[in-house]
Order: sequence, then C-alpha cells, then structure tokens
Amino acid sequence: MPLLLSEKTDPGVCQIRNITGSNAPRLLEMGITPGISIEVIRSAPLGFPIEIKLRGYSLSLRKSEAQCIEIEQK
Amino acid sequence: MHRNRAEVNTQPADHSPTIALVGNPNTGKSTIFNGLTGLKQKIANYPGVTVERKTGTARVNGQQYHIVDLPGTYSLNYTKIDERITYQALIGEYEHEKVPDLVLIIVDSSNLERNLFLATQLMDLEIPAMIVLNMDDVAREKGITINKERIERKLGIPVLSVSAHRKEGIKAIKEAIHSHEYKRPGPLKWEPPQPLRRAIAHLVEKWIEPHTNLPDRSYAIEALRLISNNKLPDSFYNFEEAELGQKAIEEACSIIEQEGGNPVAAEVMARYDFINECTQDSVEQEETDEFSLTDRIDAVATHKVFGPISFVLILLVMFQAIFSWATPFMDMIDLVFIESGNWLSSALPPGILTDLLVEGVIAGLGGVVIFLPQIMFLFFFIYVLESSGYMARAAFVMDGFMTRIGLHGRSVVPLISGFACAIPGIMATRNIENWRDRIITIMVLPFMSCSARLPVYALLIAAFIPKTTVFGFINMQGLTFFGLYFFGIVMAIIAALVMNQFFPKEQQSPFMMELPDYKMPKWSVVFHNVIDRGRIFVTEAGRIIIAISIVLWFLASFPKTDFPADTPSQTETATSSFSPQQMPQAYQLKHSYAGQFGSFIEPVIEPLGFDWKIGIGLLTSFAAREVMVGTLNTIYSIEDENSDIVTLKQKLINDRDPETGEAVYSTATAVSLMIFFALAMQCMSTLAIVRRETNSWKWPLIMFGYMTTLAYLCSFLAFQIGSSL
Repeated sequence: MPLLLSEKTDPGVCQIRNITGSNAPRLLEMGITPGISIEVIRSAPLGFPIEIKLRGYSLSLRKSEAQCIEIEQK
Repeated sequence: MHRNRAEVNTQPADHSPTIALVGNPNTGKSTIFNGLTGLKQKIANYPGVTVERKTGTARVNGQQYHIVDLPGTYSLNYTKIDERITYQALIGEYEHEKVPDLVLIIVDSSNLERNLFLATQLMDLEIPAMIVLNMDDVAREKGITINKERIERKLGIPVLSVSAHRKEGIKAIKEAIHSHEYKRPGPLKWEPPQPLRRAIAHLVEKWIEPHTNLPDRSYAIEALRLISNNKLPDSFYNFEEAELGQKAIEEACSIIEQEGGNPVAAEVMARYDFINECTQDSVEQEETDEFSLTDRIDAVATHKVFGPISFVLILLVMFQAIFSWATPFMDMIDLVFIESGNWLSSALPPGILTDLLVEGVIAGLGGVVIFLPQIMFLFFFIYVLESSGYMARAAFVMDGFMTRIGLHGRSVVPLISGFACAIPGIMATRNIENWRDRIITIMVLPFMSCSARLPVYALLIAAFIPKTTVFGFINMQGLTFFGLYFFGIVMAIIAALVMNQFFPKEQQSPFMMELPDYKMPKWSVVFHNVIDRGRIFVTEAGRIIIAISIVLWFLASFPKTDFPADTPSQTETATSSFSPQQMPQAYQLKHSYAGQFGSFIEPVIEPLGFDWKIGIGLLTSFAAREVMVGTLNTIYSIEDENSDIVTLKQKLINDRDPETGEAVYSTATAVSLMIFFALAMQCMSTLAIVRRETNSWKWPLIMFGYMTTLAYLCSFLAFQIGSSL
C-alpha cells in the first residue's frame, strides 16, 4: 500500500507519486502532478482540511481529496 | 444553434469588438473589469441559471469596446455550471454569448505555473488572445522576476505585464486592446505528445466530428476533456449514439494505456511539461528565508486554537458594527416612510385610493427599503473579508465542523448573518460555489432567529414567562430567550442533516480551495458590489414584496364595515385612554377578510392554543414578523401614544374567553406561539429572495411547506404537553 497524503499528519515536504480516484482530473489541473514536491503546512482544527503549498501557492484539501494523492516521504 | 443565437438579444447592436476576460479565480479579474468599464457596467444573471453575467463598455481613443467578464475557472474541463458557461462561450456553443473577438487571459504573476495551465488550454482554441500578467508588483515582492519577452516568444501571443490596481496598469491594458491586431494566433507551439495525439485523432474521427456539431476549433480540447474525464458529459446520456461515444472514449484511452500512459493525467502532465519549459529560463525565483506577511497572519488565522477564536472575534465585531451602524438608518427610513404616509393621507382626499397608496404601496415600499442598511453593511464586510483573502481562511477553519453537519466551511458566515436577517444571509450564500451546499444552506438559514422575531419574543416572554430565577442565578426570561435562539440552531442542524439524505453524494463537488495571499481590498470593487447587492434586492425581491404587501393590505381593509355609532361615545365618556380612531380600526380588522381568515383557520390552529386574533396576526405578520405585535396592538385597541409593550402585555394577560371566562393566553399558548415563530416561514421577503437566488418558485415553496409544517407539529406538541401539565 502506498502512503496517502491523508495519512501524513505532520507538516513537511513530500513528493507526489500518483493521483487516483474521481477527483483526479481536478487535482491534476491544480498542478498536483506526479513527480513534483509539495509541502504540508498545517491542518485545520478537526484534522481536515489540510493546507499544502505547491508551485508557489497554497491550496486546502479535504480528507476525501487527500486520499486520492499517493506520496513518497522525503 | 445559429438561428437561436440571433434571436437572443443579449448582444450589442453596434459592431464594437467584444473583449472577454478569462482567468483563474483570485487573479484580479474583477479589478481589471472595473478599471476598464468604470461605471458603464451591467450585472445580470445568465438566463435560467444563477450565474452572474458581467458586461460593460470601454472606450479607447474614440473606439468602443464591449467587455464581458466570463466566470472564473481553473480549467476548460468544467465541473460547475459557471465554468461550463465560460467554456461554451469560448467555443461558440452558448446561445447567450458570442465568441469574443479578443480574449484577455488574466494571469497571476506570482502563481504563474498554475495560471498558465488555463492559458495553454485557451490558446488551443485559436481565438485572438493576449496574456495579461497581473499583480507584477506582488510577484516582485515575492522575489519573482519574469522575463516577459521570453514567455511571449515561447507562447507566440502578446504578453502584457501590469498591476491592474494602478491607473497606469488599466491604461496599458486599454492601449494593448486598441493596438491588438485581432488576428487568430498560429497554432500553439505546444503539441500533444504521442500517444495522446493519436488518441485525440481517434476520438475526433470516431465521435466528435460525425456525432456532435461542435465547432472545429474545439475538437482537440473537447477530445482531451473526454479522455481525462473518461466519460461523456451528462447531457449526452440520453443520446441514441451515447454508446458509440463511450466506446470511442474507451478506445482512445486504451491507445494511451497501451504505451504505459495514464489517460486521466496525460493532458495535464503534457501541459505542465510545456509550461515548465516556458518558465524554466524566463522566471527567476529568489530564495527568501523570511516569512511573508501571509505566512505570519496565517500562523494565527488558521491555527488550530487561535483560528476559530479569531474567527468568532471577527464575527462579533462585524455584527456589533452592523447592528449599531444599521439601526439609525433603519429608524430614519422607518420615520421617512411613516411621515410621508401621514403627509399623503392628510394631503389627499380620504378614500380607498389614498388608503391603497398609504397603507399598501408606501408601507410595502418601506418594508423593502428598511432592509437596505443591513444588507449593504453586511455585504460591505463580506466583500472586505472576501477580497482581503480572509474568507477562504474562515472556510478552512470551519470546514471540519460544517462538513460534520453536511454543510460547507463557507456556509458559516451566511448562517450567522441570518441572526440579523435571513435576506442578506441568503444573498451571501453566493460565496458557496457548490450548488448542493448552497441550497442546503439557504434552506436551513431562516431557522436562525432573525432580529424581526425579537419584538414578538420580547412581548410574549415579558407577558408569560415568570421573572423567577433557576439555580439561584439564571433568569428564567433570559433563559427562554437563549432557548429560542438555541432551538433555531438545533433545528437548522437537524434540517441540514436530513436534507443531506435527499441530495446524492456524488453531487458533492471537490473542495480544493485556494488560499490566496492576503491583500488590501480594492475599494472600488467593494463599493460596486455593495451597491449592486442593494440594487438587486430592491428591484427583484422588492417587486414581489410590494405586490404581497398590497394583497395583505387588501385583506385587512376589505370588506369595508361601518363602526357602530354608539360605541365611541362610551369610550369618550369612560376614559381618554382609547384614541378615537383605534376602536373602529380594530372593528374593521375583525370583520375584514383577514379577520374572517383568522376565524376560518381557528379550528386548525386551536390545537396549538391559538385563537382567531392570533390567526389574523399569523396572516399579517407574513409581511414582516414584527407586524404581529402591531396587529395585536390594533386588535386590542391599544392607544398609540403610550404604546409600550407593557400595555399590550396586560391586555394579553387579561384577555378572557367571553363564554368560559378562562384566560385566552396560558403560558402553554405563549410557548407554543414562540415556537411557531421560531420555526415557521413567516416572511414573504425571505421567500422573494429565495426565488431570486434559486431562480425558481420550487425552492421557496418547499421552504414554506416544510418550515410551516415543522412549526405546526412542534407548536402542537408544545401546547398539548404544556397544557396537560
């Protein structure tokens, strides 16, 4: 089982491996493409959404969306 | 299609070129639109949907240009209705918008890569286009240097670098529009790599060309859309040939898969590869170790503990300001309308026409205008929070709580606005992009106890809730007040949870919200928006409200009955506490259609503990909830001069059933009535604005039906249990 972004709870940098599921087209368009590095900045009060930084901007993702993102810890 | 387009008269009659603004959200698109058009703009809805169509005209060196601000989008692969309009307008498939002569692609310079994604899609359409690199000052502050000539060469279309919030920026854009050659650009230097290109060709040949009537220029982009979504658009499902289309898409996808590619990601990856190529040697990013202002604010604003606290504090300040600022204006408006009504009725000869004018039209108009201060102040704050970038943080912080009850982080501010008045709250739900989340928010919002319920609560609590304390320190009356507000919130949560079951889950569109950098609000945009909200309310909801006011006036004033002549003499001799006009008014109301209605529905509302007098009140308070107090006042013939609640309160307490001699109002009746007011949809203005915001009578009717039913059931329970104790 690959590591999912939704399982990464601590802030830090990681690399995108793959995008799956029904949200994939949208996530990809927002620039979350396999191979790039993203930084998890923080999570909201009840754990989700999380804030990530990529390609020079900040994006917030719900758990259901973070579950579509496979990552590699750096 | 073409014939259709000619019939719809949304295009200017002259031959001024049409310039469309297209771009991602948060790129300063509306600032540019405002700068170009100034006051010459028109905001309306696209026919049949609640998506705003913003158009205007700009004049450069004597030449007039027609400017269209198309809904913001991240991609031409649309998921929402506003994004679909942008896509269809650009390919020439939307009957209410013609293909623009020039597209200004507005790009956030500090966020170039993601913004160029949409730009490359747009350029595939081969419409004359120009890239506007906006906010170049912000980019410079962030240590980003862009070599615009290099990007221009790579992309093959003109690139302009500006800061649109400055006058010079707008001037530069105007000049560039004027000197543009309006030629189709050559094909983009980006070409889909193999095997994507083969997949596109296959899909165009097997499906798009023979089976759809899309314009040629959109073939490639439509093929890419179908491949990344891996399915036909929903509108095609009833098509006879739908199976053919689905088969062609699967074949195209397998072309990519055979070579180890991922059809969903193929287009996006290829575009971002191209974008990286463009930006590689044209963009320099200085490494800065310093935390930016945005980072520092966010350390508090989105903090796990301080985030919610600061959100609550901001709301407190906001509502405090709205109440204290709006109240003097509301009092003034009230006074102006009462005075002009008085003046008119003394200046005009008495008669039905004067009554209609004063009690129907003027009162109805006053009932519309009275909402304006609250609407405009609330929207002032909302636009400041929105354009400064804070609203996205509020949604981020609250989303965890709100999703648990099936709402969206962005539902919080509209819902809390509902405590002031449901109308601005419902208008504020436009911030919620997803239709499903938005409609649920609208439907539960009127449960928030608005300020118009206050006078009714105050009267009934003062009259029927004992002033005793519980646990030694909690005032029973205050507790009841709190209880009513709390009850409304609980009902809203329950209703939201229940409604969630009615909306299929797959309609839940992605959250994926950008957290833009904080910036100073653009005041001219805030000003425009605030004025516009006010105008929309007055012109669109106002018409319905005035019409219903006139109907209600008619019901309360007809048929005309003469007050028996002997009665006034008694009151004259007995005491001066009844004003001479009041008794006939009460008599008139009792015998009017509204009075007959009250008596007619008495059997229905009797199980709730209500009599015909309350029945009249329920009807008249439809104009505005607080009218209930005024109506009861009239029925009980209370003198106006000393019209504080105490007098009416005593009358209510003293009111006896003429036959049995029992008190008409028991505590159970009062509680039942308060619960009814907390839950029932007793407000025509809310229904009018729901109609306007959802574009159909369906939602206001559902709202009225379910809220009133719920109110009836709860009041019934409350009265039956209360009176059996």
